[in-house]
Amino acid sequence: MRIRRIALAAAVLLCVGAIGFVVASQQRLIPKIEPPPSATFPRALVAQGAKLAAVGNCAACHTAPGGADYAGNRPIATPSGTVYSTNITPAPGSGIGHWSEAAFRRAMRQGIAREGRHLYPAFPYDHYARLSDGDLHALYAFIMTRPPVETYQQANDLAFPLGQRWLLAFWNLLFLDEAPFRPEPQHSAQWNRGSYLVSGLGHCGDCHAPRTLLGVGRRSATLAGGTGEGWRAPALNAASPAPVPWDAAHLYHYLRDGWDIEHGAAAGPMQPIVDDLGHADAADVRAIAAYLAAAQGRISPSRRQRAAAAEARAATAKLPRPAPGEELGATLFAGACAACHTGGPAMVPPRGISLALSTAINEADPRDAILIVLDGIRPQGEQAGPWMPSFAGAFTDAQIAGLLGYIRAHYGSGPAWRNLATYVHDIRDNKGRS
Amino acid sequence: MITLSVNGISHRLEIDPATPLLYALRGELRLSGAKFGCGLGQCGACTVIVEGEPVFSCLLPVAALQGRAIRTIEGLGNADRPSPLQQAFIAEQAAQCGYCSAGMILRAQALLDRNPAPSEAEIRNAMEPNLCRCGTYLRILRAIGRAAAALQKARPAATPEAG
Repeated sequence: MRIRRIALAAAVLLCVGAIGFVVASQQRLIPKIEPPPSATFPRALVAQGAKLAAVGNCAACHTAPGGADYAGNRPIATPSGTVYSTNITPAPGSGIGHWSEAAFRRAMRQGIAREGRHLYPAFPYDHYARLSDGDLHALYAFIMTRPPVETYQQANDLAFPLGQRWLLAFWNLLFLDEAPFRPEPQHSAQWNRGSYLVSGLGHCGDCHAPRTLLGVGRRSATLAGGTGEGWRAPALNAASPAPVPWDAAHLYHYLRDGWDIEHGAAAGPMQPIVDDLGHADAADVRAIAAYLAAAQGRISPSRRQRAAAAEARAATAKLPRPAPGEELGATLFAGACAACHTGGPAMVPPRGISLALSTAINEADPRDAILIVLDGIRPQGEQAGPWMPSFAGAFTDAQIAGLLGYIRAHYGSGPAWRNLATYVHDIRDNKGRS
Repeated sequence: MITLSVNGISHRLEIDPATPLLYALRGELRLSGAKFGCGLGQCGACTVIVEGEPVFSCLLPVAALQGRAIRTIEGLGNADRPSPLQQAFIAEQAAQCGYCSAGMILRAQALLDRNPAPSEAEIRNAMEPNLCRCGTYLRILRAIGRAAAALQKARPAATPEAG
């Protein structure tokens, strides 16, 4: 009896504690302001904000396909359902026209809207928490000077019980670290700027780091690879699958122009990011490149050997002789891929890189390679950039499996990819691909 | 030995299985409607339809085509009996030099087979891979719209309401 009573008391206490926590985490409303006229923001500050917004890639999520810039409603697939991005133009009705800078700062760092409602962490405020006051000041000036556009906000489509926003108080308790960025004095100023941008505004870990706790939490510090919008986002640390280790110069070129002669072209969700980084401050992109190059750690001798082997393979235009069972793949490769992907100077348009250098072909998971074969690579909108045709209509699942099996065997360095045909079929089947 | 099914007719060919379909069509079967443009899948002059999907025949080895139905411009119509889409291209004068036309028409045909009443945006999106060096895009878009309208008129029962 006594034990039962103690258990009951503990349960009651726990419930009261949880309710108390939720009540305490209710956020206050920040009073409305009159939308500030654009002229009140200094031009230089707006220009600085524009370059930072390019690092943050704000437009990619906050603009619907064919919609007005920053007016929201882009569907974002998450493991728990679809979230529609919000309108962050200074429209007074459906945008953030009434938000003071304090309200903006709180939203960016704590994920709380001006009226006190919790925002979903599809908005990466857990990264933005590290942003400096100065950078937030410039971003606010940029956002509040965009053309205001009123919209009708699409309702989110989330699995029960995630429609209950107060639950996010628990998510924040577990995953939100509000500590500001602290520079590490043993590293250079450039490295520290890169670290600040990668972990903060750039929110690279949102895709390039593994998720924890049933896909809900994030462990961003590691950059050990993860997923984003149905793609594998390769590891950027020592576990990087790139055959040739990155250095800062190649990373800078890749991030700025969307392709690199030693690694290939940006594809999938990385495309809008490199398009934006082309408009970011060059020094900031250099800092990101320097930080990420260092994040691979010391390049081991075995990694150097692998790189030399890949570069040797890339230098020959001779097609690899197929092993028994690989004949179909070899034939398809010769007829469909070899024209661009073997011989000739790599990546001088219209050529592709040798697949011996391809990160997608050297990843443990064939997902990105399958998606690139199915979708091709198309520049976004009216951007210029690398281009590869889609082979979705050209090849059957079994043919793509044969093709990729051959490519992996002769241009990849890891173990063979298993069950490729089923994998291709499943990706084709699930066009949403989240 | 490769068997190709082109416009409903089976052909047995003794050719290297890595040969692009375009070369087989033009060189072996003397179907010269599909054109060689870039050879890299970038221009669309070689577009044909395989199993309902528009594909670049210059990058499609015949080994991939055993048992799959191929349609080319020669299967749509001819000068005496042009297909509705070909009629629309003529009516809109959508060809200047004409080199891209067969590819354009095949890609548009695949769209109309899948979606008989495409919006302007859907037409532009579907046609995006194909290039026209003369710049007759607006005429091509009008021709596709005209063909879609003609098809709608000819088949009122095919509207979604009736289906």
